[in-house]
Amino acid sequence: MAAPLLQTQDLSMHFGGVRAVRHVNFSLAEGELRCLIGPNGAGKSTFFKMLTGQLEPTHGQVLFRGKDISHAHAHDIARLGIGIKTQVPSVFDGLSVRENIWLAANRLHSGDEARRVVDEMLQRVGLANGAERLVGQLAHGQRQWVELGLVLATDPELILLDEPAAGMTHEEVNKTAELVREINRTKALIVVEHDMQFIRMIAKQVTVFNQGSVLVEDTVENIMRNPKVRDIYLGKQAAA
Amino acid sequence: MNARWLNLVGLGLVGAVGIAFLVLVPRVFELDVVLELTVYMIMAILALSLALIWGYGGILCFGQSAFFGLGAYTYAIAMFNVGESTLPLLLAVIVPAAFAALLGYFMFYGRISDVYLGVITLTVTLILFNSVNSTAGPEFHIGSARLGGFNGIPGIPPLNFPGNKAAPIDLEGMFYLATAALLATYFGLRLLLASRFGRIIVGIRENERRAELLGYDPRAYKLATFTIGGALAGFAGCLFANWGNFVSPTIFGLAQSAQIIIWVIVGGRGTLIGPIVGCIGIQWLTTALGANQPSGGSDLWAKIFANAPLIFGIILIAFVLLVPKGLVPTLGDIGQSLLASRGKGAKRLQPKRAEES
Repeated sequence: MAAPLLQTQDLSMHFGGVRAVRHVNFSLAEGELRCLIGPNGAGKSTFFKMLTGQLEPTHGQVLFRGKDISHAHAHDIARLGIGIKTQVPSVFDGLSVRENIWLAANRLHSGDEARRVVDEMLQRVGLANGAERLVGQLAHGQRQWVELGLVLATDPELILLDEPAAGMTHEEVNKTAELVREINRTKALIVVEHDMQFIRMIAKQVTVFNQGSVLVEDTVENIMRNPKVRDIYLGKQAAA
Repeated sequence: MNARWLNLVGLGLVGAVGIAFLVLVPRVFELDVVLELTVYMIMAILALSLALIWGYGGILCFGQSAFFGLGAYTYAIAMFNVGESTLPLLLAVIVPAAFAALLGYFMFYGRISDVYLGVITLTVTLILFNSVNSTAGPEFHIGSARLGGFNGIPGIPPLNFPGNKAAPIDLEGMFYLATAALLATYFGLRLLLASRFGRIIVGIRENERRAELLGYDPRAYKLATFTIGGALAGFAGCLFANWGNFVSPTIFGLAQSAQIIIWVIVGGRGTLIGPIVGCIGIQWLTTALGANQPSGGSDLWAKIFANAPLIFGIILIAFVLLVPKGLVPTLGDIGQSLLASRGKGAKRLQPKRAEES
Protein backbone atom coordinates (compact mmCIF):
# COMPACT_ATOMS: atom_id res chain seq x y z
CA MET A 1 0.00 0.00 0.00
CA ALA A 2 1.21 3.50 -0.84
CA ALA A 3 2.36 5.82 1.92
CA PRO A 4 -0.53 7.83 3.37
CA LEU A 5 -1.03 11.46 2.33
CA LEU A 6 -1.74 12.53 5.88
CA GLN A 7 -0.98 10.76 9.10
CA THR A 8 -1.20 11.72 12.76
CA GLN A 9 0.64 9.88 15.48
CA ASP A 10 -0.51 10.07 19.08
CA LEU A 11 -1.79 13.58 18.37
CA SER A 12 -3.03 15.38 21.50
CA MET A 13 -4.13 18.86 22.44
CA HIS A 14 -4.69 20.01 26.00
CA PHE A 15 -6.15 23.36 26.99
CA GLY A 16 -5.20 23.65 30.63
CA GLY A 17 -6.88 20.65 32.20
CA VAL A 18 -9.17 20.03 29.26
CA ARG A 19 -7.95 17.29 26.97
CA ALA A 20 -9.64 18.28 23.73
CA VAL A 21 -7.87 15.74 21.53
CA ARG A 22 -6.26 12.60 22.94
CA HIS A 23 -3.81 10.24 21.27
CA VAL A 24 -5.34 10.35 17.81
CA ASN A 25 -3.79 8.05 15.23
CA PHE A 26 -5.35 8.92 11.93
CA SER A 27 -4.39 8.10 8.40
CA LEU A 28 -5.67 9.29 5.05
CA ALA A 29 -4.67 7.84 1.68
CA GLU A 30 -3.95 9.89 -1.44
CA GLY A 31 -7.19 10.90 -3.11
CA GLU A 32 -9.36 9.62 -0.28
CA LEU A 33 -12.59 11.23 0.88
CA ARG A 34 -13.17 10.77 4.59
CA CYS A 35 -15.99 12.00 6.74
CA LEU A 36 -15.49 12.94 10.37
CA ILE A 37 -18.47 12.82 12.66
CA GLY A 38 -18.99 13.16 16.38
CA PRO A 39 -20.99 15.17 18.87
CA ASN A 40 -20.20 18.81 19.63
CA GLY A 41 -17.02 19.11 21.62
CA ALA A 42 -15.65 15.81 20.33
CA GLY A 43 -12.50 17.60 19.17
CA LYS A 44 -13.10 17.68 15.42
CA SER A 45 -12.46 21.40 14.95
CA THR A 46 -9.44 21.28 17.27
CA PHE A 47 -8.14 18.38 15.19
CA PHE A 48 -8.55 20.50 12.02
CA LYS A 49 -6.78 23.41 13.67
CA MET A 50 -3.78 21.25 14.44
CA LEU A 51 -3.66 19.93 10.87
CA THR A 52 -3.56 23.50 9.51
CA GLY A 53 -1.09 25.00 11.98
CA GLN A 54 -3.61 27.18 13.79
CA LEU A 55 -2.89 25.27 16.99
CA GLU A 56 0.35 23.65 18.03
CA PRO A 57 -0.24 20.12 19.36
CA THR A 58 0.60 19.46 23.01
CA HIS A 59 2.23 16.27 21.85
CA GLY A 60 2.22 13.91 18.94
CA GLN A 61 2.89 14.51 15.28
CA VAL A 62 1.18 15.46 12.06
CA LEU A 63 2.85 14.06 8.97
CA PHE A 64 1.91 15.35 5.53
CA ARG A 65 3.53 13.26 2.79
CA GLY A 66 5.88 11.99 5.48
CA LYS A 67 7.00 15.52 6.48
CA ASP A 68 6.44 16.54 10.09
CA ILE A 69 4.28 19.69 10.07
CA SER A 70 3.22 19.65 13.73
CA HIS A 71 5.09 22.85 14.49
CA ALA A 72 4.97 24.56 11.10
CA HIS A 73 3.32 27.97 10.59
CA ALA A 74 -0.19 28.07 9.14
CA HIS A 75 1.00 29.89 6.01
CA ASP A 76 3.73 27.30 5.36
CA ILE A 77 1.25 24.46 5.72
CA ALA A 78 -1.07 26.22 3.27
CA ARG A 79 1.80 26.42 0.81
CA LEU A 80 2.53 22.72 1.24
CA GLY A 81 -1.00 22.04 0.01
CA ILE A 82 -3.55 21.82 2.81
CA GLY A 83 -6.56 24.10 2.46
CA ILE A 84 -9.38 24.56 4.94
CA LYS A 85 -12.94 25.82 4.82
CA THR A 86 -13.75 26.75 8.40
CA GLN A 87 -17.00 26.22 10.23
CA VAL A 88 -17.97 29.91 10.33
CA PRO A 89 -17.06 31.18 6.85
CA SER A 90 -13.74 32.94 7.10
CA VAL A 91 -13.68 35.31 4.14
CA PHE A 92 -12.68 38.90 3.36
CA ASP A 93 -15.97 40.61 4.20
CA GLY A 94 -15.01 44.12 3.14
CA LEU A 95 -13.94 43.07 -0.36
CA SER A 96 -15.83 41.98 -3.45
CA VAL A 97 -16.33 38.33 -4.34
CA ARG A 98 -13.91 38.73 -7.22
CA GLU A 99 -11.24 40.33 -5.03
CA ASN A 100 -11.67 37.49 -2.50
CA ILE A 101 -11.03 34.81 -5.09
CA TRP A 102 -8.20 36.83 -6.59
CA LEU A 103 -6.40 36.93 -3.24
CA ALA A 104 -6.39 33.14 -3.28
CA ALA A 105 -5.55 32.71 -6.96
CA ASN A 106 -2.78 35.29 -6.73
CA ARG A 107 -0.63 32.99 -4.65
CA LEU A 108 -0.06 30.66 -7.58
CA HIS A 109 -0.83 32.81 -10.61
CA SER A 110 -0.17 36.36 -11.67
CA GLY A 111 -1.52 38.88 -14.17
CA ASP A 112 -3.89 37.58 -16.85
CA GLU A 113 -3.47 34.00 -15.71
CA ALA A 114 -4.75 34.95 -12.25
CA ARG A 115 -7.72 36.75 -13.80
CA ARG A 116 -8.52 33.68 -15.90
CA VAL A 117 -8.40 31.40 -12.84
CA VAL A 118 -10.66 33.80 -10.93
CA ASP A 119 -13.26 33.82 -13.72
CA GLU A 120 -13.15 30.05 -13.94
CA MET A 121 -13.57 29.66 -10.19
CA LEU A 122 -16.46 32.16 -10.09
CA GLN A 123 -18.24 29.96 -12.66
CA ARG A 124 -17.46 26.80 -10.78
CA VAL A 125 -18.92 27.95 -7.45
CA GLY A 126 -21.80 29.72 -9.18
CA LEU A 127 -20.95 33.28 -8.23
CA ALA A 128 -20.16 34.72 -11.64
CA ASN A 129 -23.26 36.92 -11.41
CA GLY A 130 -22.68 39.39 -8.64
CA ALA A 131 -18.92 38.93 -8.55
CA GLU A 132 -18.57 42.65 -7.78
CA ARG A 133 -20.73 42.48 -4.67
CA LEU A 134 -19.24 42.80 -1.21
CA VAL A 135 -18.92 39.42 0.44
CA GLY A 136 -20.13 40.89 3.73
CA GLN A 137 -23.50 41.57 2.10
CA LEU A 138 -24.04 38.00 0.90
CA ALA A 139 -26.25 35.39 2.53
CA HIS A 140 -24.63 32.72 4.67
CA GLY A 141 -24.89 30.02 2.02
CA GLN A 142 -23.23 32.20 -0.58
CA ARG A 143 -20.44 33.10 1.81
CA GLN A 144 -19.80 29.37 2.18
CA TRP A 145 -19.43 29.16 -1.60
CA VAL A 146 -17.03 32.09 -1.61
CA GLU A 147 -14.88 30.37 0.98
CA LEU A 148 -14.92 27.14 -0.97
CA GLY A 149 -13.87 29.14 -4.03
CA LEU A 150 -11.00 30.64 -2.05
CA VAL A 151 -9.78 27.24 -0.95
CA LEU A 152 -10.06 25.69 -4.41
CA ALA A 153 -8.26 28.62 -6.04
CA THR A 154 -5.12 27.85 -4.01
CA ASP A 155 -5.18 24.36 -5.56
CA PRO A 156 -4.43 22.30 -2.43
CA GLU A 157 -3.71 18.56 -2.36
CA LEU A 158 -5.84 18.04 0.70
CA ILE A 159 -8.98 20.00 1.51
CA LEU A 160 -10.54 20.12 4.96
CA LEU A 161 -14.20 21.08 5.04
CA ASP A 162 -15.68 21.95 8.42
CA GLU A 163 -19.45 21.58 8.16
CA PRO A 164 -19.80 22.64 4.51
CA ALA A 165 -23.55 22.01 4.47
CA ALA A 166 -24.42 23.84 7.67
CA GLY A 167 -27.07 26.51 7.24
CA MET A 168 -27.67 25.60 3.60
CA THR A 169 -31.00 24.97 1.94
CA HIS A 170 -31.85 21.45 0.76
CA GLU A 171 -31.03 22.44 -2.79
CA GLU A 172 -27.70 23.96 -1.79
CA VAL A 173 -26.83 20.81 0.18
CA ASN A 174 -27.33 18.72 -2.94
CA LYS A 175 -25.22 21.11 -4.95
CA THR A 176 -22.50 21.01 -2.30
CA ALA A 177 -22.48 17.19 -2.27
CA GLU A 178 -22.12 17.20 -6.03
CA LEU A 179 -19.24 19.66 -5.86
CA VAL A 180 -17.50 17.65 -3.11
CA ARG A 181 -17.66 14.51 -5.24
CA GLU A 182 -16.31 16.45 -8.20
CA ILE A 183 -13.42 17.85 -6.13
CA ASN A 184 -12.66 14.35 -4.91
CA ARG A 185 -11.86 13.23 -8.45
CA THR A 186 -8.55 15.06 -8.16
CA LYS A 187 -8.05 15.80 -4.46
CA ALA A 188 -8.21 14.23 -1.03
CA LEU A 189 -10.79 15.58 1.41
CA ILE A 190 -11.70 15.36 5.06
CA VAL A 191 -15.24 16.53 5.74
CA VAL A 192 -16.69 17.26 9.17
CA GLU A 193 -20.47 17.09 9.01
CA HIS A 194 -23.48 16.38 11.18
CA ASP A 195 -25.95 15.86 8.37
CA MET A 196 -26.06 12.09 7.79
CA GLN A 197 -27.99 12.54 4.55
CA PHE A 198 -25.13 14.60 3.24
CA ILE A 199 -22.54 12.10 4.46
CA ARG A 200 -24.37 9.26 2.70
CA MET A 201 -24.27 11.27 -0.50
CA ILE A 202 -20.52 11.71 -0.44
CA ALA A 203 -18.63 9.26 1.76
CA LYS A 204 -17.54 5.69 1.91
CA GLN A 205 -15.33 5.70 4.98
CA VAL A 206 -16.28 7.49 8.20
CA THR A 207 -14.26 8.24 11.33
CA VAL A 208 -16.21 8.86 14.53
CA PHE A 209 -14.73 11.18 17.17
CA ASN A 210 -15.92 11.09 20.75
CA GLN A 211 -14.44 12.96 23.72
CA GLY A 212 -11.26 13.74 21.88
CA SER A 213 -10.44 10.27 20.61
CA VAL A 214 -11.32 8.10 17.66
CA LEU A 215 -14.23 5.90 18.68
CA VAL A 216 -14.50 3.85 15.53
CA GLU A 217 -13.62 3.94 11.84
CA ASP A 218 -15.76 2.10 9.34
CA THR A 219 -17.91 2.33 6.21
CA VAL A 220 -20.98 4.57 6.23
CA GLU A 221 -23.35 1.60 6.35
CA ASN A 222 -21.64 -0.04 9.30
CA ILE A 223 -21.37 3.25 11.17
CA MET A 224 -25.09 3.81 10.77
CA ARG A 225 -25.71 0.38 12.25
CA ASN A 226 -23.12 0.62 15.04
CA PRO A 227 -24.99 0.75 18.38
CA LYS A 228 -22.17 2.63 20.12
CA VAL A 229 -22.30 5.38 17.51
CA ARG A 230 -26.08 5.53 17.73
CA ASP A 231 -25.79 5.97 21.47
CA ILE A 232 -23.35 8.83 21.51
CA TYR A 233 -24.40 10.61 18.40
CA LEU A 234 -27.08 9.37 16.10
CA GLY A 235 -29.41 8.54 18.96
CA LYS A 236 -29.96 12.21 19.44
CA GLN A 237 -31.05 12.61 15.84
CA ALA A 238 -33.20 9.49 15.86
CA ALA A 239 -34.97 10.77 18.93
CA ALA A 240 -35.43 14.21 17.47
CA MET B 1 -16.04 49.22 -16.39
CA ASN B 2 -17.88 51.84 -14.44
CA ALA B 3 -15.93 51.54 -11.19
CA ARG B 4 -12.63 51.66 -13.03
CA TRP B 5 -13.73 54.69 -15.00
CA LEU B 6 -14.77 56.55 -11.82
CA ASN B 7 -11.46 55.59 -10.32
CA LEU B 8 -9.55 57.15 -13.23
CA VAL B 9 -11.66 60.31 -13.10
CA GLY B 10 -10.87 60.59 -9.38
CA LEU B 11 -7.17 60.18 -10.00
CA GLY B 12 -7.23 62.76 -12.80
CA LEU B 13 -9.10 65.19 -10.60
CA VAL B 14 -6.61 64.88 -7.76
CA GLY B 15 -3.74 65.33 -10.21
CA ALA B 16 -5.31 68.40 -11.84
CA VAL B 17 -6.16 70.06 -8.53
CA GLY B 18 -2.70 69.25 -7.20
CA ILE B 19 -0.88 70.70 -10.18
CA ALA B 20 -3.09 73.79 -10.28
CA PHE B 21 -2.40 74.28 -6.57
CA LEU B 22 1.33 73.82 -7.14
CA VAL B 23 1.47 76.36 -9.95
CA LEU B 24 -1.02 78.96 -8.73
CA VAL B 25 -0.44 79.33 -5.00
CA PRO B 26 2.94 81.12 -5.15
CA ARG B 27 1.60 83.42 -7.89
CA VAL B 28 -1.61 84.34 -6.11
CA PHE B 29 -0.74 84.46 -2.42
CA GLU B 30 1.72 86.39 -0.30
CA LEU B 31 4.76 84.60 1.08
CA ASP B 32 3.29 84.13 4.58
CA VAL B 33 0.36 82.16 3.15
CA VAL B 34 2.71 80.12 0.97
CA LEU B 35 4.78 79.34 4.06
CA GLU B 36 1.69 78.22 5.96
CA LEU B 37 0.53 76.05 3.08
CA THR B 38 3.98 74.47 2.88
CA VAL B 39 3.66 73.04 6.38
CA TYR B 40 0.18 71.73 5.52
CA MET B 41 1.68 69.84 2.60
CA ILE B 42 4.40 68.38 4.82
CA MET B 43 1.92 67.31 7.48
CA ALA B 44 -0.28 65.78 4.78
CA ILE B 45 2.62 63.48 3.85
CA LEU B 46 2.78 62.47 7.50
CA ALA B 47 -0.98 61.87 7.44
CA LEU B 48 -0.53 59.63 4.39
CA SER B 49 2.07 57.55 6.21
CA LEU B 50 -0.50 56.67 8.87
CA ALA B 51 -3.22 56.30 6.24
CA LEU B 52 -1.14 53.49 4.76
CA ILE B 53 -0.22 51.78 8.03
CA TRP B 54 -3.56 52.07 9.79
CA GLY B 55 -6.12 52.66 7.05
CA TYR B 56 -4.86 49.94 4.72
CA GLY B 57 -2.50 47.85 6.84
CA GLY B 58 -4.85 47.75 9.83
CA ILE B 59 -1.95 48.49 12.19
CA LEU B 60 -2.95 51.06 14.82
CA CYS B 61 0.25 52.96 15.30
CA PHE B 62 -0.11 55.52 18.05
CA GLY B 63 3.48 56.67 17.69
CA GLN B 64 3.77 57.76 14.09
CA SER B 65 5.42 60.92 15.43
CA ALA B 66 8.39 58.79 16.53
CA PHE B 67 9.39 58.28 12.89
CA PHE B 68 8.51 61.87 11.99
CA GLY B 69 10.71 63.17 14.80
CA LEU B 70 13.52 60.75 14.02
CA GLY B 71 13.50 61.96 10.43
CA ALA B 72 13.69 65.58 11.55
CA TYR B 73 16.45 64.97 14.11
CA THR B 74 18.42 62.74 11.74
CA TYR B 75 18.36 65.42 9.07
CA ALA B 76 19.38 68.14 11.52
CA ILE B 77 22.23 66.16 13.06
CA ALA B 78 23.53 64.90 9.73
CA MET B 79 23.30 68.38 8.21
CA PHE B 80 25.52 69.95 10.88
CA ASN B 81 28.05 67.19 10.33
CA VAL B 82 27.97 66.86 6.55
CA GLY B 83 27.00 70.33 5.30
CA GLU B 84 25.59 69.09 1.99
CA SER B 85 21.98 67.92 2.10
CA THR B 86 21.90 64.86 -0.17
CA LEU B 87 23.19 62.38 2.40
CA PRO B 88 21.22 63.90 5.33
CA LEU B 89 18.02 63.65 3.28
CA LEU B 90 18.68 59.99 2.54
CA LEU B 91 19.56 59.28 6.16
CA ALA B 92 16.36 61.03 7.30
CA VAL B 93 14.45 58.37 5.37
CA ILE B 94 16.69 55.39 6.08
CA VAL B 95 17.10 55.83 9.86
CA PRO B 96 13.36 56.01 10.67
CA ALA B 97 12.69 53.16 8.23
CA ALA B 98 15.33 51.00 9.92
CA PHE B 99 13.94 51.91 13.32
CA ALA B 100 10.41 51.00 12.15
CA ALA B 101 11.71 47.72 10.76
CA LEU B 102 13.41 46.82 14.05
CA LEU B 103 10.43 47.81 16.19
CA GLY B 104 8.03 46.14 13.77
CA TYR B 105 10.07 42.95 13.76
CA PHE B 106 9.64 42.51 17.51
CA MET B 107 5.99 43.51 17.45
CA PHE B 108 4.80 41.45 14.49
CA TYR B 109 7.01 38.41 14.88
CA GLY B 110 6.32 38.50 18.61
CA ARG B 111 2.61 38.29 17.75
CA ILE B 112 1.72 41.33 19.82
CA SER B 113 -2.03 41.93 19.67
CA ASP B 114 -3.51 45.08 18.15
CA VAL B 115 -4.23 46.92 21.36
CA TYR B 116 -0.72 46.40 22.69
CA LEU B 117 0.66 47.57 19.37
CA GLY B 118 -0.94 50.94 20.06
CA VAL B 119 0.42 50.98 23.60
CA ILE B 120 3.94 50.05 22.53
CA THR B 121 4.17 52.56 19.69
CA LEU B 122 2.85 55.34 21.94
CA THR B 123 5.32 54.40 24.66
CA VAL B 124 8.20 54.39 22.18
CA THR B 125 7.50 57.92 21.03
CA LEU B 126 7.14 59.13 24.63
CA ILE B 127 10.45 57.48 25.54
CA LEU B 128 12.05 59.32 22.63
CA PHE B 129 10.44 62.53 23.85
CA ASN B 130 11.83 62.12 27.35
CA SER B 131 15.26 60.98 26.19
CA VAL B 132 15.78 63.81 23.74
CA ASN B 133 14.25 66.26 26.19
CA SER B 134 16.97 65.53 28.73
CA THR B 135 19.95 66.13 26.45
CA ALA B 136 20.29 69.86 27.08
CA GLY B 137 23.89 69.87 28.28
CA PRO B 138 26.87 70.47 25.98
CA GLU B 139 28.05 66.91 26.63
CA PHE B 140 25.17 65.63 24.48
CA HIS B 141 26.28 65.97 20.92
CA ILE B 142 26.65 63.80 17.85
CA GLY B 143 29.69 64.94 15.93
CA SER B 144 29.41 68.71 15.73
CA ALA B 145 25.63 68.74 16.27
CA ARG B 146 24.45 69.56 19.79
CA LEU B 147 21.16 67.87 20.66
CA GLY B 148 20.00 70.81 22.72
CA GLY B 149 17.52 68.93 24.91
CA PHE B 150 14.26 70.76 25.50
CA ASN B 151 15.65 73.78 23.66
CA GLY B 152 15.74 71.84 20.44
CA ILE B 153 18.12 72.37 17.53
CA PRO B 154 17.84 75.83 15.95
CA GLY B 155 19.30 77.11 12.70
CA ILE B 156 19.19 73.87 10.76
CA PRO B 157 20.67 74.53 7.30
CA PRO B 158 18.11 74.14 4.50
CA LEU B 159 18.17 71.55 1.75
CA ASN B 160 20.27 72.43 -1.26
CA PHE B 161 20.09 71.31 -4.86
CA PRO B 162 21.72 67.87 -4.96
CA GLY B 163 25.48 68.14 -4.86
CA ASN B 164 25.58 71.94 -4.81
CA LYS B 165 26.06 73.32 -1.30
CA ALA B 166 25.99 76.88 -2.52
CA ALA B 167 22.44 76.61 -3.90
CA PRO B 168 20.01 76.26 -0.98
CA ILE B 169 16.31 75.90 -1.66
CA ASP B 170 14.42 79.11 -0.79
CA LEU B 171 11.00 79.38 0.86
CA GLU B 172 9.10 79.29 -2.38
CA GLY B 173 11.24 76.37 -3.50
CA MET B 174 10.26 74.56 -0.32
CA PHE B 175 6.61 75.01 -1.22
CA TYR B 176 7.17 73.48 -4.64
CA LEU B 177 9.19 70.67 -3.16
CA ALA B 178 6.66 69.86 -0.41
CA THR B 179 3.68 69.99 -2.76
CA ALA B 180 5.39 67.91 -5.42
CA ALA B 181 6.47 65.44 -2.73
CA LEU B 182 2.89 65.18 -1.46
CA LEU B 183 1.59 64.53 -4.96
CA ALA B 184 4.33 61.96 -5.59
CA THR B 185 3.53 60.26 -2.27
CA TYR B 186 -0.17 60.18 -3.06
CA PHE B 187 0.25 58.70 -6.52
CA GLY B 188 3.00 56.38 -5.34
CA LEU B 189 0.75 54.98 -2.64
CA ARG B 190 -2.09 54.60 -5.12
CA LEU B 191 0.22 52.52 -7.29
CA LEU B 192 1.39 50.51 -4.30
CA LEU B 193 -2.17 49.79 -3.20
CA ALA B 194 -3.20 48.70 -6.68
CA SER B 195 -0.27 46.30 -6.83
CA ARG B 196 -0.20 42.70 -5.64
CA PHE B 197 1.39 43.80 -2.40
CA GLY B 198 -1.25 46.44 -1.74
CA ARG B 199 -4.14 44.09 -2.39
CA ILE B 200 -2.62 41.48 -0.09
CA ILE B 201 -2.14 43.91 2.81
CA VAL B 202 -5.78 44.95 2.49
CA GLY B 203 -6.73 41.27 2.56
CA ILE B 204 -4.70 40.82 5.73
CA ARG B 205 -6.44 43.82 7.26
CA GLU B 206 -9.81 42.29 6.39
CA ASN B 207 -9.06 38.82 7.72
CA GLU B 208 -5.57 37.97 8.91
CA ARG B 209 -6.33 34.33 9.71
CA ARG B 210 -7.82 33.70 6.27
CA ALA B 211 -4.84 35.32 4.56
CA GLU B 212 -2.59 33.03 6.57
CA LEU B 213 -4.62 29.94 5.63
CA LEU B 214 -4.23 30.93 1.98
CA GLY B 215 -0.46 30.88 2.40
CA TYR B 216 0.50 34.51 3.05
CA ASP B 217 2.73 35.32 6.01
CA PRO B 218 0.97 38.32 7.62
CA ARG B 219 4.01 39.14 9.75
CA ALA B 220 6.18 39.84 6.73
CA TYR B 221 3.53 41.93 4.97
CA LYS B 222 2.80 43.97 8.08
CA LEU B 223 6.48 44.54 8.69
CA ALA B 224 6.97 45.79 5.14
CA THR B 225 3.94 48.11 5.43
CA PHE B 226 5.12 49.45 8.77
CA THR B 227 8.61 50.09 7.40
CA ILE B 228 7.30 51.96 4.35
CA GLY B 229 5.12 54.06 6.68
CA GLY B 230 8.15 54.78 8.87
CA ALA B 231 10.19 55.88 5.86
CA LEU B 232 7.43 58.23 4.67
CA ALA B 233 7.00 59.77 8.11
CA GLY B 234 10.77 60.25 8.32
CA PHE B 235 10.79 61.99 4.95
CA ALA B 236 8.02 64.32 6.16
CA GLY B 237 10.09 64.97 9.29
CA CYS B 238 13.06 65.97 7.16
CA LEU B 239 10.94 68.47 5.24
CA PHE B 240 9.52 69.76 8.52
CA ALA B 241 12.99 70.39 9.96
CA ASN B 242 13.71 72.34 6.79
CA TRP B 243 10.55 74.32 6.90
CA GLY B 244 11.13 75.91 10.30
CA ASN B 245 14.92 75.40 10.38
CA PHE B 246 14.19 74.11 13.84
CA VAL B 247 13.32 70.90 15.63
CA SER B 248 12.47 70.30 19.28
CA PRO B 249 11.41 67.27 21.36
CA THR B 250 7.73 68.28 21.27
CA ILE B 251 7.78 66.66 17.84
CA PHE B 252 7.76 63.31 19.70
CA GLY B 253 5.08 64.43 22.16
CA LEU B 254 1.62 63.13 22.87
CA ALA B 255 -0.10 66.09 21.22
CA GLN B 256 1.69 65.50 17.93
CA SER B 257 0.97 61.74 18.00
CA ALA B 258 -2.69 62.22 18.77
CA GLN B 259 -3.05 64.81 16.05
CA ILE B 260 -1.97 62.42 13.30
CA ILE B 261 -4.58 59.92 14.43
CA ILE B 262 -7.25 62.64 14.49
CA TRP B 263 -6.40 63.63 10.90
CA VAL B 264 -6.94 60.08 9.74
CA ILE B 265 -10.14 59.55 11.75
CA VAL B 266 -11.66 62.84 10.58
CA GLY B 267 -10.67 62.35 6.94
CA GLY B 268 -11.55 58.68 6.79
CA ARG B 269 -9.65 55.45 7.22
CA GLY B 270 -9.22 53.26 4.18
CA THR B 271 -8.84 56.25 1.87
CA LEU B 272 -5.82 58.33 0.92
CA ILE B 273 -7.50 61.58 0.02
CA GLY B 274 -9.40 61.61 3.34
CA PRO B 275 -6.39 61.92 5.66
CA ILE B 276 -4.98 64.67 3.40
CA VAL B 277 -8.25 66.59 3.68
CA GLY B 278 -8.47 65.88 7.43
CA CYS B 279 -4.91 67.03 7.98
CA ILE B 280 -5.21 70.24 6.01
CA GLY B 281 -8.60 71.04 7.57
CA ILE B 282 -7.40 70.53 11.12
CA GLN B 283 -4.14 72.37 10.48
CA TRP B 284 -6.08 75.29 9.05
CA LEU B 285 -8.36 75.24 12.08
CA THR B 286 -5.35 75.21 14.42
CA THR B 287 -3.96 78.29 12.74
CA ALA B 288 -7.34 80.02 12.76
CA LEU B 289 -7.87 79.26 16.44
CA GLY B 290 -4.33 80.33 17.30
CA ALA B 291 -4.90 83.68 15.59
CA ASN B 292 -8.00 84.15 17.71
CA GLN B 293 -6.23 84.63 21.05
CA PRO B 294 -8.33 86.15 23.82
CA SER B 295 -7.53 89.84 24.08
CA GLY B 296 -7.56 89.93 27.86
CA GLY B 297 -11.00 90.43 29.34
CA SER B 298 -13.13 87.56 30.52
CA ASP B 299 -14.98 86.63 27.36
CA LEU B 300 -15.61 82.94 28.01
CA TRP B 301 -16.28 82.06 24.37
CA ALA B 302 -13.10 83.66 23.17
CA LYS B 303 -11.20 81.64 25.74
CA ILE B 304 -12.87 78.41 24.71
CA PHE B 305 -12.21 79.00 21.02
CA ALA B 306 -8.58 79.77 21.74
CA ASN B 307 -8.19 76.41 23.44
CA ALA B 308 -7.23 74.29 20.45
CA PRO B 309 -6.89 70.93 22.28
CA LEU B 310 -10.39 71.34 23.67
CA ILE B 311 -11.79 72.03 20.21
CA PHE B 312 -9.93 69.02 18.78
CA GLY B 313 -11.29 66.84 21.54
CA ILE B 314 -14.81 67.91 20.66
CA ILE B 315 -14.16 67.35 16.96
CA LEU B 316 -12.74 63.90 17.61
CA ILE B 317 -15.68 62.83 19.79
CA ALA B 318 -18.15 64.25 17.29
CA PHE B 319 -16.55 62.33 14.44
CA VAL B 320 -16.23 59.05 16.30
CA LEU B 321 -19.89 59.22 17.34
CA LEU B 322 -21.53 60.84 14.32
CA VAL B 323 -19.27 60.26 11.33
CA PRO B 324 -17.37 57.11 12.33
CA LYS B 325 -16.24 56.36 8.78
CA GLY B 326 -14.71 59.83 8.39
CA LEU B 327 -15.48 62.67 6.00
CA VAL B 328 -14.51 61.29 2.61
CA PRO B 329 -16.12 57.80 2.86
CA THR B 330 -19.30 59.34 4.31
CA LEU B 331 -19.51 61.88 1.49
CA GLY B 332 -18.95 59.00 -0.93
CA ASP B 333 -21.84 57.05 0.63
CA ILE B 334 -24.13 60.07 0.43
CA GLY B 335 -23.20 60.59 -3.20
CA GLN B 336 -23.86 56.95 -4.00
CA SER B 337 -27.26 56.90 -2.33
CA LEU B 338 -28.20 60.11 -4.17
CA LEU B 339 -27.17 58.52 -7.47
CA ALA B 340 -29.04 55.34 -6.61
CA SER B 341 -32.25 57.17 -5.71
CA ARG B 342 -32.05 59.12 -8.96
CA GLY B 343 -31.68 55.90 -10.90
CA LYS B 344 -34.75 54.64 -8.98
CA GLY B 345 -32.55 52.02 -7.39
CA ALA B 346 -32.49 50.11 -10.67
CA LYS B 347 -28.73 50.23 -10.79
CA ARG B 348 -26.85 48.17 -8.26
CA LEU B 349 -24.45 50.14 -6.06
CA GLN B 350 -20.86 49.85 -7.08
CA PRO B 351 -19.02 48.14 -4.25
CA LYS B 352 -15.89 49.74 -2.94
CA ARG B 353 -12.65 48.49 -4.33
CA ALA B 354 -9.74 47.82 -2.04
CA GLU B 355 -7.85 50.74 -3.49
CA GLU B 356 -10.65 53.24 -3.75
CA SER B 357 -9.55 56.81 -3.38
